[in-house]
Order: sequence, then C-alpha cells, then structure tokens
Amino acid sequence: MTSEKGKVMVLQGNEAAAIGALAAGVDFFAGYPITPSSEIAELMSRSLPLLDGRFIQMEDEIASMAAVVGASLGGARAMTATSGPGFSLMQEHLGFACLAEVPCVVVNVQRAGPSTGLPTQSAQGDVQQTRWGTHGDHSIIALAPSTVRECFEMTIDCVNLAEFYRTPTVLLSDEVIGHMRESVCFPQAGTFKLESRAVPTEGLPDYCPFEECGEFVAPLSPYGGEYRFHVTGLTHDAHGFPTMVPHEVDHKIRHIVGKIEDRADDLARHEELATEDADVLLFAYGSTARVAKASVRALRKKGIKAGLLRAKTIWPFSGKRLNELADRLDLIVVPEMNLGQIVLEVERAVRGRVPVHRFGRVDGRLFEPDQITDFVLREVGR
Amino acid sequence: MSRTIETARTYLRPSKKLPTVWCAGCGLGIIMAGMIRAIDRVGPNRNDVAVVSGIGCTGRMPAYVDFNTLHTTHGRALAFATGLKLARPGMTVITAMGDGDALAIGGNHFIHSCRRNIDMTAIVCNNHIYGMTGGQYSPTTPHGKRGTTAPYGNVEHAFDCAALAVGAGASFVARTTVYHVRELDRLIEQAIRHRGFSVVEVVTNCHTSYGRMNRFGSPVDMIRWMKDSAVSVARAGSMSPEEMEGKFTRGVILERDMPEFIDVYDQLAQRVTASPAAVEAVVKILESYDRSHDRLRI
Repeated sequence: MTSEKGKVMVLQGNEAAAIGALAAGVDFFAGYPITPSSEIAELMSRSLPLLDGRFIQMEDEIASMAAVVGASLGGARAMTATSGPGFSLMQEHLGFACLAEVPCVVVNVQRAGPSTGLPTQSAQGDVQQTRWGTHGDHSIIALAPSTVRECFEMTIDCVNLAEFYRTPTVLLSDEVIGHMRESVCFPQAGTFKLESRAVPTEGLPDYCPFEECGEFVAPLSPYGGEYRFHVTGLTHDAHGFPTMVPHEVDHKIRHIVGKIEDRADDLARHEELATEDADVLLFAYGSTARVAKASVRALRKKGIKAGLLRAKTIWPFSGKRLNELADRLDLIVVPEMNLGQIVLEVERAVRGRVPVHRFGRVDGRLFEPDQITDFVLREVGR
Repeated sequence: MSRTIETARTYLRPSKKLPTVWCAGCGLGIIMAGMIRAIDRVGPNRNDVAVVSGIGCTGRMPAYVDFNTLHTTHGRALAFATGLKLARPGMTVITAMGDGDALAIGGNHFIHSCRRNIDMTAIVCNNHIYGMTGGQYSPTTPHGKRGTTAPYGNVEHAFDCAALAVGAGASFVARTTVYHVRELDRLIEQAIRHRGFSVVEVVTNCHTSYGRMNRFGSPVDMIRWMKDSAVSVARAGSMSPEEMEGKFTRGVILERDMPEFIDVYDQLAQRVTASPAAVEAVVKILESYDRSHDRLRI
C-alpha cells in the first residue's frame, strides 16, 4: 500500500478505521454506543445506507456481536466497534465465531479499565483479554495500529484476514490512536488486495462446511445460497452437527488453534527503527510505540545504542524477529500502558537469553518520551 | 393425519440426527412438526428458510430440520437472527426458543426485537421450567410451583409472555398449546405471513422435570390440563375474571399494522440517496478514497 496519489486529509483514527472498513467492502455494522469508539458507529450509520449496506444499533454488545455473526453467515462482510466494557460482553460471541469459523471484525478502541475505568482515557489493558477473553481453547488474530493511516490499512487487513482464515479478527486500537487527528494520505483503490472467503463450488453432492478437504479452511456457503447446513456453538463434526466423539472433538479444537498459531511467523509484521546495531531494544505497539520512537532518537543522542521493534501483529504472537535480535542485545525494555501483558510473550520468546524489563503506565495518560528515555538510562546505569 | 405427519417427515434431516434428544412424550416434537407444516403451507424455497435457536431443549430443534439452521448461544437467537435477516432480507427467519432462553437470559433481546419490528417469527416454547439443566425455576414458573432451585415453591412471579410481547410492541402476538395442534399450525403460518415481528407462545409440557416435581402426572394429564385451561380469545371476552381464574387465552391476541424495520430502512436509504446534502456529507468523508465513492448509489 504505497501509492501516495490519494488526497491528503486530516482525520482521526476512528474515522480512518470506518473508512477502511468501507474500502474493504464491509456492508454490515451492528454496534452499541461506547466511548471512545462511537465515531466508528456514527460514520458507518451515515455511510452504509448510501452504499447498499445496513447498520443497526443493537440493545447491547452481546447482541451486536451476535448480529455481526448472523450477518456474516448470510454472506455479509460484517463488523462492530467497541471499547473495554463492550469488549468484555463480546467475548461470548467471539468464542462462537472462533468455533463456528465465522469471519468478522471487531475494532476495540481500548480505554483504561478494569470495569468502567476511565472511559475517556487511553490504555493497552486488553491485550491478553483479546487473546484469552473467551473461554476454551481457541486462537485469534489481532493487529495494533500506531497511526491514523494504519487504522485505515489495518482495518482492511482485519477484514482480509477474517475472510481468508474464516475467523474473527480484532483491530486493537486505543483511545489515543482513535481520537488523534493527523494528516493521512489513503492509497488509491486497486492498490491493495481484497480477500473474499472461499465459497464452495456448485453442485456438490455433500457440502461439508467444516471439512478441511485438503485446504486449510473449508469454503463457507452463505445462508440463502445453494446449500443448507447446520451451524452450532456445540463442538461439531465436518457437517456442523454436534459431536462428542473424542477424535472429532480433538481435531476441531486443534484445527481452530492451528490454522492461526501455525502461521504466526507468516502473520507477523513489524516496524523496525535502528535495530541493526542496537544494544537496547524497545519493544512496543500502538500509541506507546510512537513515544518509544522519540525515546530511541533521544537515547541515540545520549550515546545509547537504542532501537525499536514495533509489533503490528499482536496475535498470534511471533517471537521470530525477537529471537534473531536477542543474542546481540544487552537489554529489552517493554513499555506498555498496562502492568505487563505483551511483555509476558516477549519473556517467553527470548527465554532468559537477554534481560527483559517491563515499564508500565496505568494512570490513563500516554507515556512521555522523557519517561521512557529516563527509564532506559536508569536501567543501563547512566 | 397421516398426511400431515408425512409432510413433517419430508423436512427432517437424514436419520443420522434422529431420534431427538427430547424425552418420550415431550411437546417439543409437536411444535417442531407444527412449524414445519406452517412453513410448508407458506411455501418458501427451503434454501430461503433459516431456523435459529438458543440453548436448552428447544435449542436442539434446528438440528433436526432441513433448512439453514443456526444453533446459537443461550438467549441470543433473536440477536443472531436480526443480523442474518438484515443481511438476507429475502429469507424467512424463524427463531425457536424456550421460556428461560427467550425471557430470562434473552429477555432484553426479546423486548427489543418486539420494539424493532423486523419481519421474523419467534416461537416461544413455554414449558414453565429449565428442562435441559434439570428443572430449575424459570421466568414463567408460576408463583408457588416447585423447581429444583425452588424446592419449597417459587418465591417469584411469572412473566406472561404474550402480554410482554404486546407491551414491548410486537405487531403479531398469539398463544396456543400443544393440545391445539391445528390452531398451532395455523398461528405459526399466520405469524410467518405477517410482515413484522411475530410472537407465537406455545404452552407445552415438561413432565420429566416440571410435571414430576409438581405432581402433574403423565404427559397425557398435562396436555389434558392445557385442553381444560386454554380459552379461545373469543370465548374469554365474554367470561368474568372469576371464570378466567387459573385459565389463559389462546388464539391471536394482537395483530397490528406497523412499518417493518427493513422496509423503513430501505425507504430511508432511497430518500437520503436522493438528498444532495446527505450524499455530499458522505462523499466528503470518502472523497480521498475513490472506490467507496464509486460504490455510492448516486
């Protein structure tokens, strides 16, 4: 997505996410008002009637997510947007969509929690909830934007990945990115790829909506199409009917986890700044990564060889790039707006080969560059 | 009668999924067959029919019928169905829910579905108890009756499902029982044909849990009670409150013309598409991005 021919606009991240959704062909949105994500629902409610799509405001986030799954089964490209308390309520049907393998997108504009927390303040406290929030073994794909342009691009990516992997995806934004305004130049249409879910060929004598058939996910026929089939939140066989046969159950769970986790390295996307000769690596994502960039520059001026590895893909977590860098590093510092969530994955990836220091901020405010710079200086004994 | 059983049979999924999980004598099979006969009479292509359920004994109903079927989470059938109907307005969408499913955990979705008036049919199979989990009291368990979580009698008071639907704004509300099978078929048919949100409450028997704990006897005894207690709407109109004590009405309780959600939404979309100001506002939002612009209906 490199074309710069589009018109430059000043937009906020939430608006860019909604425009990204429309660019990706999202034609169904169900949501419930919640700060700091409501601009997305507002823009979708305004645009979808003009684009042959439909918008509905549901009675809560449980229903919103259910409607999104229902619409997707009808063949729609379906999305919702929310924040912490709403994301908690959506866990029920994120799990349903994982098990029933229904493509859909959730934008979570993170705010400070737990509970009602600080509705208008930013945080990155939903990182592990995104991975493990719904019960049972499953996997999920989550991307974290750091810029307004990335809100656009990554929403398209989320739609594409949802369609390709037949699974729910999460745009893990935060209040700072969602409400920040910056100039953005969108790519022209046709310069990026749009994925559509695989659909079965016509005239199959026995359509299996959950049979892998040599491909890694089964084609999904829309309700109202050629095939009639059953979808359930019960663990099911290849035809979609409930099963308690141990090897069928085992296969199903390994499939929904493996189709994502086995491709973690392919799905991993990073941005790197000054990592070639770095002694100290900052590992960051989302709004915190913007601050970390400024810290890297400040540290370099002070003679510390600092670098930044910014994770664009949060889940599935890939430690591949970290491991390539680890042996050359003296220290990894993980600043995040929580008390230690992605750092657990970083520690697990480098397995003690290099010290990993966590640095959390949980007062609802974004880090300041000096804070991270000073923290690193203290940690390296300067 | 044999012809109507044959009709039902042609819509059942291949034998792999049968017999049902339901106890012998359960009324849910009667409701399922009634639903099938009603769909058959209305006559949509079966590829264009979706049957959506929640959790519980009733939740298992879709697995047995050869339509597009969606067995969702507890209480949420209507929320899933709402999304599906909006994505596929041409489909006939029917939800089948139990009383706990529709009115307790799904109560919020139920009342808001009534209010929205999307063209769907909700069949509420009311057996006054949570059957599948073993007989706990539900929002329709009468005051004083027993459940496994109301061992000394229910402290709470029951919802009147049909009255709740009327109050919440449904545009078609009916009630019958599994004894009144011909009426059951007719009411579900009327509900499907009605353009708007329709509720059909069907009183049914859970002799295994509710009946046993309250000494109501066999399925036959419980169905006989339905025969004696259900009073047609017409007859109930001329009965005094004293005569209606312990009885309930059956038949069409309410039918009203109300604008249907998707009809209104689509008319509105046509109108704003014709409004230069509205189009201008959206174009402004999307102008940097030409594909969205192309998709505008202008």
